[in-house]
Amino acid sequence: MAYDSFKILTSSCVPLPLENVDTDQIIPARFLKATKREGFGDNLFRDWRYNGDDTPKADFVLNNPTYSGKILVAGRNFGSGSSREHAAWAIYDYGFRCVISSFFADIFKGNSLNIGILPVTVSPEFLDKIFTAIESDPKAEVIVDLPSQKVTIAATGESESFDINGYKKHNMTNGFDDIDYLQSMKAEIGEFEKTRI
Amino acid sequence: MSKKTLFDKVWDSHVVKHIEDGPDVLFIDRHFIHEVTSPVAFLGLESRGIGVLFPERTFATADHNTPTINQHLPVEDPLSANQLKALETNSGKYGISHWGLGNPKNGIVHVVGPENGITQPGMTIVCGDSHTSTHGAFGAIAFGIGTSEVEMVLASQCIMQPKPKKMRINVNGKLGKGVTPKDVTLYIIAQISASGATGYFAEYAGDVFENMSMEGRMTVCNMSIEMGARGGMIAPDETTFAFLEGREKSPKGEEWTKQVAYWKTLKSDEGAEFDLELTYNAADIEPQITYGTNPGLGTGISRNIPKASEVKDGEASYKKSLAYMGFAEGESMIGKEVDYVFLGSCTNGRIEDFRAFASIVKGRKKADNITAWLVPGSHIVESQIKEEGILDILTEAGFALRQPGCSACLAMNDDKIPAGKLAVSTSNRNFEGRQGPNSKTLLASPLVAAAAAVTGKVTDPRVFL
Ligand code: SF4
Repeated sequence: MAYDSFKILTSSCVPLPLENVDTDQIIPARFLKATKREGFGDNLFRDWRYNGDDTPKADFVLNNPTYSGKILVAGRNFGSGSSREHAAWAIYDYGFRCVISSFFADIFKGNSLNIGILPVTVSPEFLDKIFTAIESDPKAEVIVDLPSQKVTIAATGESESFDINGYKKHNMTNGFDDIDYLQSMKAEIGEFEKTRI
Repeated sequence: MSKKTLFDKVWDSHVVKHIEDGPDVLFIDRHFIHEVTSPVAFLGLESRGIGVLFPERTFATADHNTPTINQHLPVEDPLSANQLKALETNSGKYGISHWGLGNPKNGIVHVVGPENGITQPGMTIVCGDSHTSTHGAFGAIAFGIGTSEVEMVLASQCIMQPKPKKMRINVNGKLGKGVTPKDVTLYIIAQISASGATGYFAEYAGDVFENMSMEGRMTVCNMSIEMGARGGMIAPDETTFAFLEGREKSPKGEEWTKQVAYWKTLKSDEGAEFDLELTYNAADIEPQITYGTNPGLGTGISRNIPKASEVKDGEASYKKSLAYMGFAEGESMIGKEVDYVFLGSCTNGRIEDFRAFASIVKGRKKADNITAWLVPGSHIVESQIKEEGILDILTEAGFALRQPGCSACLAMNDDKIPAGKLAVSTSNRNFEGRQGPNSKTLLASPLVAAAAAVTGKVTDPRVFL
C-alpha cells in the first residue's frame, strides 16, 4: 500500500510521557477483527481514551483539545509487545505522521516505516526538552526534516539529528515501499529458492 | 575463515542481496499465517495485481479468534467468522495449506509448526505474530512480522531486514525444585527488562538449555520478544533431532541423514563474537511471578514487590503499573487471592505443561473461588492429554479441558478475564487489558498456575513437590 511521501513536517505535538506503551494499549486485540484497513484511528488507545460505556475519559491526552498535531511524542520503549501492524495503522489513521521517542520497539519501528509513519529516535535529554517545550506552550511546533535528518524545536531552535538508513529514507521521501523493490528481484529470488529445502 | 555465531550461519546463508546503506533481502523458508494479520496482506496483493510466489512455503492455521468450546458449531461472532472465512478463501485461492477449525492438525501456529515437522533447524521462519520466536528452539531464525511484511513474503518469499546485533545468554548450573523453563525465561526478562534486548537477536547457551526438552526450549525462545529481542535461538542437538525424527514434514530417509549432518554444523564457533554476552546462575532462579504490567516486572515468588527505586522502569510508569494491578511496593505476592487460572498459549500449551499442571492438581481439588481455563495448544496436544490419562486426573480434580486455540492469551474470542479479576496465566503478556478489558494478569509457570488453582491464591508450588 503506497503512502504519501514524507519530507519536512512542521507541527504541534501530542505528548504521551509514558514508558513501555505497548501495542495492546495502542489498539486492543478486540479491534483487530477487520479484514480491511479501515477505521482503526477510532480505536487508537481505546481503553485509555474511553470508559467502558464509550464516554471519553477527560484526563486522557487525546481527549484534551489543548493538544493536537501530526506528531506524537512518547516515552521510551514505545510500541513494545505484539507485532500487530494495526497499531501503526491506528496511529496513521488518527492523523499522526511521525512518532518521536527516545527508544522504539523493533517491530513497531519496522511496521511504521513500512506504512509511512516516521519513527524518530532522539536522546532522552532532547526528548525531555520537547516535553518541556510542549508543557510551556501546548502549541509549540517541532520541525521534522527527513532529508537532512534533523528534528528542531521551533521556538528555541534547539535541534538534534536522527538516524535512518539510506534505503528507508529514500522510500519514505518518495512514498515507495519494499514490495515495489522486491518485484524487481523476482528472477534472482527464483534462482535462490531452488537452493533451499 | 572468520568465526561465526549460530545466528550468522543461518542469516548469512539466506541473504539474497545486501542493499548498500540499507537492509538485507532475506529469503524466508517457511511462512505461517493466521486469520488476524493476513487478510489485509491478501487485499494488498489483489490491489497490486500480483500473486503468491511460492505458495507451498506458506502454511495457514486458524487460532487467534477461534472459540475454545463447541468448535463444531458455526462461529457466533460475525467479525471472527468473517476473518476465518477470509483465511480459508485466500488459502484456497492461492493454493496454500490451510488447517482451519475442525482440522485434526489445527492449533496455535507456534505449536502446530514444530509438532508437524514444518519447523526445522537452519531455516528462516516468519509469521505475523511476535511469538514466532518460538521456532528458534530448533536453531532456526524465527521472528514476528507486520502485515506489510506478510504481504511482502507472500509476494516475494523475502523480507527486507537489517541484520540485528547478536547477544548470547548463558545459564549454567542445575535448576532447583519446581523451577521450570518458564521461570528461567521470566527470570532473564526481569534481569534484562522488557526492552533490554531490543535490537538484538539472542542465542541461549549453557547446560540449562542443553538439558532442556524441546518443549522447554520453545517456552524460552517464545518469550525472547518480551525482553525486546527480535528472536532467540538454541543450537540444535540430539534432543532436537530426536524430536523431529518421523514427524510428518520432517525429512525422510537419505534426506534425513543429509540434513542431520548439516544441522550438526549449526552452532556458534568457538571464539565467535557477540555484541553482548550475559551469564546467569541456575541456582539463583526460583519459581517466578510477575506483579506489574509488562513481563519485565517479575520476581521470585517468595519475594516482595520491589520499590520504584529498585526497578529500571521510570517511576511514573512503574507507579501506573502497580496502581493498575492494585498492588503496593514492598508487598508480598504469596497469598494474594486469585480469581482465574489460564493454562495454555504458545508459551505453555504443550504436553509437558499439562503434565506439570497435573502433577500438582493430582489428588487435590480445584479451589471454589477459581475459574480455570485449560486450553491445549493443538488437537495433537489434546489427544496426548487424553491418551496419557491426564484428562482423568484433571476431571477428578474438578477441571475441564477446552478446545485448542489462543484463547485468553489475547482474549480475541469469548475467553476474556472479566474487569477487575486477577488471573494467574501461563501465557506471555501481562499488559493492561491483554486478557480482557481491565483484567489483571500474573504471568507464571504451569506449576505456579496449578498451585493457585488448588489453593485459590498465589502459592509457592514447591510446597506441593
Ligand atoms: S497464544 Fe498468544 S502469543 Fe501465542 S500465537 Fe496465540 S495470541 Fe500469539
